[in-house]
Amino acid sequence: MDRQTPVQRFQQLLHRYPALGPAMVLVVAIIVFTLLNTRFVSPSNLSLITQQVAVVGGLAVGQTIIILTAGIDLSVGAIMVLSSLVMAKTAVSSGLPGPLALLLGLVVGAAAGLLNGLLVTKLNLPPFIATLGTLSIFTALALLYSSGQSVRGQNMPGLLTWTGNTFSFGGFQFTWGVLIMLLLYVVFGFALSRTAWGRHVYAVGDDSEAARLAGISVNRVLLSVYLAAGVVFAITAWILIGRIDSASPNAGADANLDSITAVVIGGTSLFGGRGTVWGSLIGALIVGVFRNGLSLAGYDVLYQTLAVGVLVILAVAVDQWIRKGRA
Amino acid sequence: MMTALNPETDAPVTGDVIFQARGLVKVYGRVVALDDCDLDLQRGEVLCVIGDNGAGKSSLIKCLSGAIVPDEGTMTLDGETVTFRRPQDAQEAGVETVYQNLAVSPALDIASNMYLGREIRRRGPLGSLFRMLDTKKMKEQSEGSLKNLGISTLQNVSQAVETLSGGQRQAVAVARAAAFGSKVLILDEPTAALGVRESAQVLKLVKDLRAQGMSIILISHNMPHVFEVADRIHVQRLGRRVATISPKTHSMSEAVAIMTGASAGDVSEMLGEGEK
Repeated sequence: MDRQTPVQRFQQLLHRYPALGPAMVLVVAIIVFTLLNTRFVSPSNLSLITQQVAVVGGLAVGQTIIILTAGIDLSVGAIMVLSSLVMAKTAVSSGLPGPLALLLGLVVGAAAGLLNGLLVTKLNLPPFIATLGTLSIFTALALLYSSGQSVRGQNMPGLLTWTGNTFSFGGFQFTWGVLIMLLLYVVFGFALSRTAWGRHVYAVGDDSEAARLAGISVNRVLLSVYLAAGVVFAITAWILIGRIDSASPNAGADANLDSITAVVIGGTSLFGGRGTVWGSLIGALIVGVFRNGLSLAGYDVLYQTLAVGVLVILAVAVDQWIRKGRA
Repeated sequence: MMTALNPETDAPVTGDVIFQARGLVKVYGRVVALDDCDLDLQRGEVLCVIGDNGAGKSSLIKCLSGAIVPDEGTMTLDGETVTFRRPQDAQEAGVETVYQNLAVSPALDIASNMYLGREIRRRGPLGSLFRMLDTKKMKEQSEGSLKNLGISTLQNVSQAVETLSGGQRQAVAVARAAAFGSKVLILDEPTAALGVRESAQVLKLVKDLRAQGMSIILISHNMPHVFEVADRIHVQRLGRRVATISPKTHSMSEAVAIMTGASAGDVSEMLGEGEK
C-alpha cells in the first residue's frame, strides 16, 4: 500500500474499530462537563446517569443486532411498553405471582419480535415498513389492554419493581436494572463476536446474497435476530418498571428514536454489517452524559435535544466518511 | 477449414471422468435454457466452458452447483448418481463453486470468510454450551490452506476482506472453495472483474490447483485466459454442447467460430441451415 496521510490512517483505524470514535467523544464530553461543573463527576451524579441510561441502553442492545442485519426496528418502545403492561396487569389485575407475570411479559415481547421477523422474512416487507406498522399495532394493543391507565409500582409484586432497587458498589449507587442492562451487553457482545451466530448476523447484514451462497440460512438468522431483540425489549420493560416505578402506556414515546440514536452515535452502520453492541452502550452513555452535563451546566432542556440532534448527524456523517475509506 | 468436426472425438475423453452430466434440460417458460446438454469433466483437468450470451452457460453451471434443479437429465459424480436440490447438497457432495459476484462478506476477516457457514466451535463446554468459536484453530487452518495453495499475497488472515484488492478477494473465494471442495471446483468468470496482473494471479492459482490434482470447471468469456489454462474446452451453443476441443489443436478464432456458429461443431445441422 502507498504512503498514507495521518488522516487516512485515522480513517482506517475508525473503520477497524467503529466504537473508537464514540469512545473518544465520551471521554472529551466527560472532561468538558467536569470543567463546567465539578459536581458532574461526583459518584452520586455518575450513578444517576447510569440509571437514566438503563432503559435506552437496554433497548439499544436489541436495536443494534437488528441494525447489524441492515434492518431497523421502529416498534422497540411499543414492544417494551406492551410487555411492561402485561407484566404489571397480569400481576395486579389477574393476581398472577411475580415470576409468572414476568415470564408472560417476556413471552409477549418474544412473540412481538417474532411477528416483526415473520413480516420481514416471510412477507419480504422492508423492516422500516413492517415495524412502522407494528409500532401502531403494539401501541394500540397496549392502550386497549390497559384502557389507557397506568399501574402503580406499589401495587405490584416486589419482583417487578426490584430492578429499581439500588446497591452500593465502591461509593456508587447502582440499580439492579443497570446491572441487568450491562448483562445484556455482555451476553450479546459475546454472542456477536465469539459465536457462529454472531458471524452470520454480520454476514447477512454485510451482503445477504453472499451469505446465502456461503450456505447460511438468511431467513433463519433474521428470524432469530428479531426474536432475540423482542426478548431484549421485554427484559428492558422490566428495567423500565423499576426505573419509573410504574407501568404506563405512555412511557415509551421517545424510546424508539432514542434507541436508534444510541446505536447510530455508537458507530454502528445503518447499512448493516458493521458495529458493536459496546459502541451502542457508549452511544447511550454519550446521550445521557450530554443531557445530564448540559443540565448541570445550567443549559435549558431544549439545548440538550439540539445537542443530541447534532451528535446524530455528526455520527452518520463520520460513518459515511469511514465507508468511503474502504480500500 | 470446413472439415467435419466430431464434437465427441475431437478432444476425446481419455481419462477417468469425475463429473458427468447427461441430457440436462432446463426450460423457463418459453425459453429453453438447456436443451439436452451433456458435460464431461475428467479427473485432474481444467475444463473451460465457453459460449455466447444466452448459450446456457449459467444455467449449466447452476445445475452443476445445485443453485437450480434441472427439469430433466442426470448427473454423476465419481461414479455415483447425484441430485442437487440446493447449493449445500453440492457442497456436501464435494462440489464447490466460486460465484461471479464473489460470495464473500467484506466486513469479516479472511479466516471468518473461509469458514463462513461451517465455523469450528471450541471443544468442551465452551463450544457445546456457549457455542464459542475456535477462532485460533480457524485462523491456523486458514493460514495452512492459503499456504498449501501457494497464495502468498495474503499475509494476515485477520485482515478484513474489504481491505483487499479484487484479485486478493478472488483468491480468498477460490481458497475457500478449494479448502472444502474435495472433488470438483467450479469457477464462474473468475477474472471478469480483474485487472491484468490480478487475472494472472488467479490463473496461476487455477494451474496450481490443477497441479495438486483438483478437477476444475472454469467459465470464461476471455479467450486468452481460456487458452492459457484449459486442458479441454467445452463449447456451449443454443443450450447444448456443440463441441469439446483442445487448445492444442484449435485456435482461438476457430473456437469463437464454433461458439458463434460461423463454422460448425454440430456440422450437419449447421451446414444444412447454411445451404437453405
